[in-house]
Amino acid sequence: MKYKFRWAIIFIVVIGSLISLYPINEKIKLGLDLRGGMYVLLGVDVDKAVDAKLDTLVTQIKKDLRNEEIGFNFVKKEKDKIVIALKDNSVDKMKKLLSKNYPILKESSISENELLVEYQLDPKEVQKIKDYAVEQAAQVIRNRVDQFGVTEPIIQRQGEKNILVQLPGITDPDRALKLIGKTAQLKFYLVDDTVTSSDIASGNIPFDDIILYKKVIDKRTGKVIENTPFALKRDAVLTGDYLVDAEVRISSQFNEPYVLIKFDSAGAKLFGEITKNNVGKRLAIVLDNNVYSAPVIREAIMGGEAQITGNFTMEEAKDLAIVLRAGSLPAPVKVLENRTVGPSLGKDSIQKGIKASLIGLILVIGFMAVYYKFSGIIADIALLLNLVIILGVMGMFKATLTLPGIAGLILTIGMSVDANVLIFERIREEVRLGRTALSAIEAGFEKAMSTILDANITTLIAAVVLFQFGTGPVKGFAVTLSIGILASMFTAIFVSRTIFLQLYETKKSRKLSI
Amino acid sequence: MFEIIKPGTKIDFMGKSKLFFIISGLLVLLSIVIIFTKGFNLGIDFAGGTVIQVRFDSPPKLDLLRENIKKLNLGDVVIQNFGDEREVLIRVEKTNQDLNAVANDIKKALSGSFKGNKFIVERVEQVGPQVGSELQKKATMAVIYALIGILIYVTVRFEFIFSLGAVLALFHDVIITLGAFSLASKEINLPIVAAVLTIVGYSLNDTIVVYDRIRERMRNSTAKINLIDLINQSINETLSRTLLTSFTTFLAVLALYLFGSEVIKNFSFALLVGIIVGTYSSIGIASALVYSIKNIKKA
Repeated sequence: MKYKFRWAIIFIVVIGSLISLYPINEKIKLGLDLRGGMYVLLGVDVDKAVDAKLDTLVTQIKKDLRNEEIGFNFVKKEKDKIVIALKDNSVDKMKKLLSKNYPILKESSISENELLVEYQLDPKEVQKIKDYAVEQAAQVIRNRVDQFGVTEPIIQRQGEKNILVQLPGITDPDRALKLIGKTAQLKFYLVDDTVTSSDIASGNIPFDDIILYKKVIDKRTGKVIENTPFALKRDAVLTGDYLVDAEVRISSQFNEPYVLIKFDSAGAKLFGEITKNNVGKRLAIVLDNNVYSAPVIREAIMGGEAQITGNFTMEEAKDLAIVLRAGSLPAPVKVLENRTVGPSLGKDSIQKGIKASLIGLILVIGFMAVYYKFSGIIADIALLLNLVIILGVMGMFKATLTLPGIAGLILTIGMSVDANVLIFERIREEVRLGRTALSAIEAGFEKAMSTILDANITTLIAAVVLFQFGTGPVKGFAVTLSIGILASMFTAIFVSRTIFLQLYETKKSRKLSI
Repeated sequence: MFEIIKPGTKIDFMGKSKLFFIISGLLVLLSIVIIFTKGFNLGIDFAGGTVIQVRFDSPPKLDLLRENIKKLNLGDVVIQNFGDEREVLIRVEKTNQDLNAVANDIKKALSGSFKGNKFIVERVEQVGPQVGSELQKKATMAVIYALIGILIYVTVRFEFIFSLGAVLALFHDVIITLGAFSLASKEINLPIVAAVLTIVGYSLNDTIVVYDRIRERMRNSTAKINLIDLINQSINETLSRTLLTSFTTFLAVLALYLFGSEVIKNFSFALLVGIIVGTYSSIGIASALVYSIKNIKKA
């Protein structure tokens, strides 16, 4: 064996490819379009997070002003500003207080008599709030998905305010979407019993009240069967921030599931105080601005536990417990893009894809063998090796095979014989010029080399651009195409050359079959 | 020896270059006219909207389905069979409504329309309008970047004139392929952009092989040989390779078109058209362009 070294390389590449392919179903991951699953791009409403921050600031500033006994008519949020109207000229005192306690606020304008002062959030702070909202939303969604039980989920921040969620093999996409998208802001409000239902109907309610609805939907028909308005005291008395746990229980009375929530010690203390001070009144439990229930407080509740009831199915109760445990989203999210493929369609795509690949492969192999005879068979060996290497490299990088990826594979089958065709045509030319077999082969490989390089590198440029700018399945296509181009160069230039040299060098008289 | 093109074949491609230019010019012009008057059938990837693919136990009445979905007031809704009779594709153009609500409404309407006929939702694809325009921008940029990259590479390896010829030939291929898409009202989505870029790479592949031969001949010719003859010779010498590779690629893609899944059909259609146009332009246009540009420069 004169070409020991060359054979060794080929051997290593082939064995390496085969090893990195084993076990194939673990190594080559199927994309969501083939295995079924869900791809959701969520947009976080970051402006709402900034808004919420301003709301909290307003409440805190009010409290601080009262503590420092600075008289004010109002402190309110106006678009992206906080406006403070002072009673008397204590503006210096207020400014000092604010710059000490709220360095993130910058004064933006002041009225002539110095009674009306506007503050704005520092732009850097705004950016920080937005950033944090997206990060936190991703974290919360991750927690929820983990508890939901999906294997190999991908939750990733994308761009400035988007979150990408990929859930392979999901069977109930609607449920998953609800679970991911729920803001889950839990709030407790006192019901304003002084407001009658006719007041609500006429809109004649106190300025510090809000109206929220209890909406009950019939599970079978999907129709709204109850839509009761409640007049609530505007400031929530307690929020879900104090929550430490939520679990599903079954009530012994009605045999219905409900969700039991537990507060941390501070929350338990607060909850105890609220219930103690408001015995006889009703406390509304509100999730995402939807009133779940509004039970009458019969006695002070000191244990730090509360129940959320609401005509739940077991599944709904479980999902509610999950979102409560995982925490609320710092800002609402909106579905920007949703691609869901059922498992049966995926299976169908794979079967058809494999069938098409095999037919394409057989056609090309057959054609090469007929057209170039024995040399064609060498090219066919290179082609098959090429496929093994492509799959091997994909296995090595744990690449994902998508439907367009299969297409890329088929395209590669057709194109990968190109390098060999280029070489063979050159060899034929040399044979016509009357060269011997071996020198024709050598000249053929030599001369075809730069053409092969130029031709393939340009295609590779297109593939790399595809990878850079493509998303999802298109990326998969670019990957298979790029690997295919590189592998075909290796097999055509190196592998078939080795085979040719091995066969023809020793027998100088042997006639070329090409 | 099996040979499509006998050695010593001397087809006068350059002599016919005027004819090729006229044909190509007309095709490009026609494509542009079609594209501008008929427009593209942009898929939801770019236009935004919702596509729901449903498989019923037995073939459903499409009219009933249309009626029920019309009641939802979702705007333009296209309902059609997809592949076989039991598969139905429902496409809703972009609406201002929440994407999730649109999907749920349709599912509800479906279960209302067909009580006895069970169905499963096989695929849901929704793209918001914002994402759609973003994807559109990205796809256009991808094609432009690819062309620039190729322009640079060819300029470095050959000459600027060659790269100009190559890129012009690529525009020719891309425009005609897109024209075919517009004419056939086939949907353009993200994978189609991938197909177009592949055509760019593929057609260039053919062109480069011819250019390579021209360059080699220029280097080796001692006697002052006529450039037209030299180009003709180069095209003829590489002709059998060009046709062979195009043929094997065509075979493979044809298998994909005939036996692949419904989703991939448009994609393989683009490749089939692209392979034909690309092969033609590599033989008839790309090199002739180089010659013409050289002449224009001299004049």
